[in-house]
Formats: sequence, C-alpha cells, structure tokens
Amino acid sequence: MKIVVCIKQVPDTEAEIKWDIPKGTLKRDAMEATITNPFDEFAIEEALLTRENYDGEIVAISMGPEKANDVLRNALALTVNEVHRLTDDAFAGSDTYATAYVLASAIKKIGDVDVVFCGKQSTDGNTGVVGAILASILGFSQLTYVSKIRSIDAGAKKIVVERAIEGGVEVVEAKLPAVVSVIKGINEPRLPNLMGIRKASKIAIPEWNAGDLGVDTGKVGSAGASTKVVEIAVPPPRGAGEILKGEIEDIVNTLTDKLIDLKVIK
Amino acid sequence: MANDVWVYIEHKEGAVSPMSFELLGIGKILASDLGSNVCAFVIGDGVDGIAKEAIAYGASKVFAVEGATYKTFLPDAYSKAASFLLDKYKPEVALFRATSQGTDLAAATAGQLGFGLCTDSIGIKVDGGQVKLTRAAFGGNYTVTVVNEKAKPQIATVRPKSFAMPEKNDANQGEVVKEAFTVADADLHSKVLEFVKAATTVNLVEADIIVAGGRGVGKPEGFDLLKQLADVLGGAVGASRAAVDSGWIPYEHQVGQTGKTVKPKIYIACGISGAIQHLAGMRTSDCIVAINKDPDAPIFKAASFGIVGDYAQVIPKLIEKFKSKLNK
Repeated sequence: MKIVVCIKQVPDTEAEIKWDIPKGTLKRDAMEATITNPFDEFAIEEALLTRENYDGEIVAISMGPEKANDVLRNALALTVNEVHRLTDDAFAGSDTYATAYVLASAIKKIGDVDVVFCGKQSTDGNTGVVGAILASILGFSQLTYVSKIRSIDAGAKKIVVERAIEGGVEVVEAKLPAVVSVIKGINEPRLPNLMGIRKASKIAIPEWNAGDLGVDTGKVGSAGASTKVVEIAVPPPRGAGEILKGEIEDIVNTLTDKLIDLKVIK
Repeated sequence: MANDVWVYIEHKEGAVSPMSFELLGIGKILASDLGSNVCAFVIGDGVDGIAKEAIAYGASKVFAVEGATYKTFLPDAYSKAASFLLDKYKPEVALFRATSQGTDLAAATAGQLGFGLCTDSIGIKVDGGQVKLTRAAFGGNYTVTVVNEKAKPQIATVRPKSFAMPEKNDANQGEVVKEAFTVADADLHSKVLEFVKAATTVNLVEADIIVAGGRGVGKPEGFDLLKQLADVLGGAVGASRAAVDSGWIPYEHQVGQTGKTVKPKIYIACGISGAIQHLAGMRTSDCIVAINKDPDAPIFKAASFGIVGDYAQVIPKLIEKFKSKLNK
C-alpha cells in the first residue's frame, strides 16, 4: 500500500506572530518557535499504524519554506520512508485551493497512492478544508472528521471508517484511493526515538519546485489565489468583566438574575 | 440574478431544524445591500417541505436538485449537484454553515469550481459593492478580512449562531426552481453504512448554553455536577483539553484549539484557567461566566461575570437558585 501524509509547519501557539502586513501573509521564516501542526501528528501516527497493519510505504510531504524541513525531519525520525518539501517562490501566499492544488500535484507525481492522511485542520490558518479540496481535485474519496479506521482492503480498493460528526458517529465505506482527514483522539501519537532523530538529522530533504510538480504558477501563490486578505486586526477586547463579590448567597442571587435577564434560559 | 446571495439549506435525510435556515437572516441583509435577492438551495430526496420552510424564513427563490442518490449526504454527489447549480446561476456569494456537512460540501464544491473559499466567517458585510468576510485566525488572537475577487460565486462557511435568526412568516410567497442533475451510481465514491447516535447527544456547536469544566474540576464526578446545572438550563456540557486529557470526559466535549469552536449565548467556565488554546474555542460567546478559585486566572479577563470561588460550592447553589427562580 502506498500512503501519503500531508504535514504542515505552524507557529507554536504561544509564539509571537509575525505578519507580512502588505501581503496579508505570515512571515513563516521569521518565526523561531515552530511545531508540527498538532492535528498532523495524528495523521502521521495513523499512517504508521496503517503501514504496521497492512504493510506498505509512507511518503510525507510538506509545502513551505526551509523551516518546514524541521517537521519533515521529525516525520523521518518517526520512520516514514520518504519525504519531499514542496517549495517555490511562486507558492508564497497560496490560499486553500492553491495549497490543495500543489499538494495534489505532488500526490500525482508520487503516483499509485492508495491513502492520503492529513490532519483535520491547521492551528494557524484554521481553515480545515484543504483535505476536502484535495480529495475533490484528485477525484479521491473524501473522508473527513475520521475518528477510527475500521479496515483497509488495498486489493479490493475499499476502506471503512468512522466519522465523528454532530450527534454521533457515521460509518462510511469508500473506494480507494481516499483522502482521510483525522481528528484528535484517533490514536496516541508516538515520539521519535533517539536513533531515529540522529538518523533523520543527516538526511538531506529533497525539494520539489513548481517545475518539478508541473504546477501552473498562474494558479498558485498570491498571484493565483482567489481569496485575498485585505485586513488583519486584533479583535476588540471583551468588555471589562464584572467580578461579583460578597456573600455566596448574594453572588448567586445576582448572577442568576443577570443570566435570566438575558432571556436565553427557557 | 447575477448578484444574488445563495444560502445552502442543510438537512439530515430530510430532517431540518430552525438552525438549518439561520443564514437566510444575514443573507437577506447582504442581498439588500447588494440590491439583489436572497435565495436558498437544497439537495435531497424530496425537498418540497424544506423549500416551503426556506420561503417562510425569507428566501425569495429556492433552487433544488432532487433524486434518490441524494437521500443521505455524500460529499461527492452533493458537491457535483451544488457546483452544477452555482455554475449555472453564478450568484455573487454562496453561504454554508460551518458544520461538518456545510464545511465538507463548501470545500468540495470550491474544489470542483476551482477556487478558494473563506471558512468559519464571523463577520460578513458589503463594502463598496464587494462582499468582505471576516474570520478568526491563530486561536482568535487575530481576525483577518478576506475578499474573494476571482471567484464567482464567492464560497464561504459561516460559524453557526454568528448572526440573528431570520423571522419566519408562513404567508411568504416564493418560487421553487427544480433542476435535473444526476450522478451515476458508479461515480459515487462512498456510502454510509450506518449512523450510530451518541449515547449522550453532545451538540456543542448548536447549544445556546454551555457549562464547561477544566482542570479545576479535579475528578470525573465533578462533571456530574456540571451536567446537573446544564440540565436545569437546557444546555450542554463542555470541557477544556486538560479535563479531556485527564480522562474525566470524552473528547467530543472538548472546546478549544484542538476541540470544537463554539459561540453559545451563555458559556459558564468552571475551574478553567483560560489558556489561549481554550479561549480560541469560546471567546466569541455572547456572555461568559467564569468560576475559578484563582483570582489571577486569565479566564477572568475574558469573562462578562466572574466569581472567585470553588465551583463545587458555587454550582450547587446556582442549581438551587435557578430551580426556584425558573419554577423547575
């Protein structure tokens, strides 16, 4: 089985965000503390479990500047078989569609892929749609919010998964190839061991640019993106709250009055 | 009309709730600013009832694709039908709710039409004839405003409960336009084998009131107390990552960066310190109540009302007081 896992380098949640204001994009290279997108850790782990259960090889891809090598090295340390960084000046400023288009081009180049794993969403852009657009572009089955893989049959080209959606769990059978985006809790991501880290540190990360991928540069980056950021703002702080003080009986009396006054409680 | 505002009406095998129609409210405002009409579109197996209700909620026209293939939501069948409709009529904007179905469909449809989309919008306005969408990024620490110049229609998902519900008037008149569009069974990628309803229905995204607990709740039994308060108020129980990771409550209750993003009218945070990862998931709630022993907890900075105290003492008194005031 051929497995691809798409991963992203994101700023550490606590880190200071550095914007390129005129372009409305992040200065990804200027930010020190970066991590593998937390949801993608579940995607990598699911790829590893799939390889353990069904055999096969894993190719991890990441689109991004040189810093993205860190997350690919981490994937190598976790024993994925192969990695590629998708990078080109023309990719900067890509929106959701353009990003999915570049990833799709890489997946086509890898060829004969059975399953693509990705995380439900990134913690920086938060869009949560790249996996679904990727499936749409590739014509693969679109399996989102996946909380469990029940079975994969590469011979019969079939996969059965559980999707955690509003109100319950939907069990879906789909054709392979498929894009599977996973949620937290599908597994417990393992940590790389020391030997893996040491080995990964010495490997040069191969790069694929627009030319290698056959990407039409008019369709990607700031030039090709259909969505454009026109304003970045810090949301207004929430109004200064009121700390209720006094005897607990009085506090509870005041609070229940205030909440009932909102006319929300029926 | 070319600059109409279209709203997707989601349903589950034909079943709708009033929330299915919520975007007709903001849709009508946008259409009025654009000098156009708000229309609904729906895909399913027999949608006359839904179409009628959409008109009552203010849609001037309803576009529908019907067929047995569309009985259950499948992203490939639905997105092919949706992109057929949107490509044929080319409205200015197409809005979907940022639920699992709305997000799946909006993304797949954008993928078919070949453009990007704006997701989880919390603000939409018409500015100089252009639709501008505002969304939160980086856990709500920033908002970014996006335009989608090249796309027609502009596709966007909207965070549930971000805009007022439209008025319902059964006397409203409107037209239903049915379009024939079929997807061959051989072209379907997936089928739903079954739907297993959750033992406790946790629908945080739709809840008007959420009572949530964090590390300060201290033990799984603490959540029983929170549940009692939620039951009295007709709300749902939420949790911080710390509580979920401690195994006190299942993941589907988690609110925050790696959980659900919610926007209830009342959010009661018990023993939650207010880390930015948690705030990311609930800071746009209308009214936030914080109950925490630590007076310096960051949650108080985001709270509309704060109580410095132990939830285990405060909650039982709240339950008692609400019961007597609400005659329950």
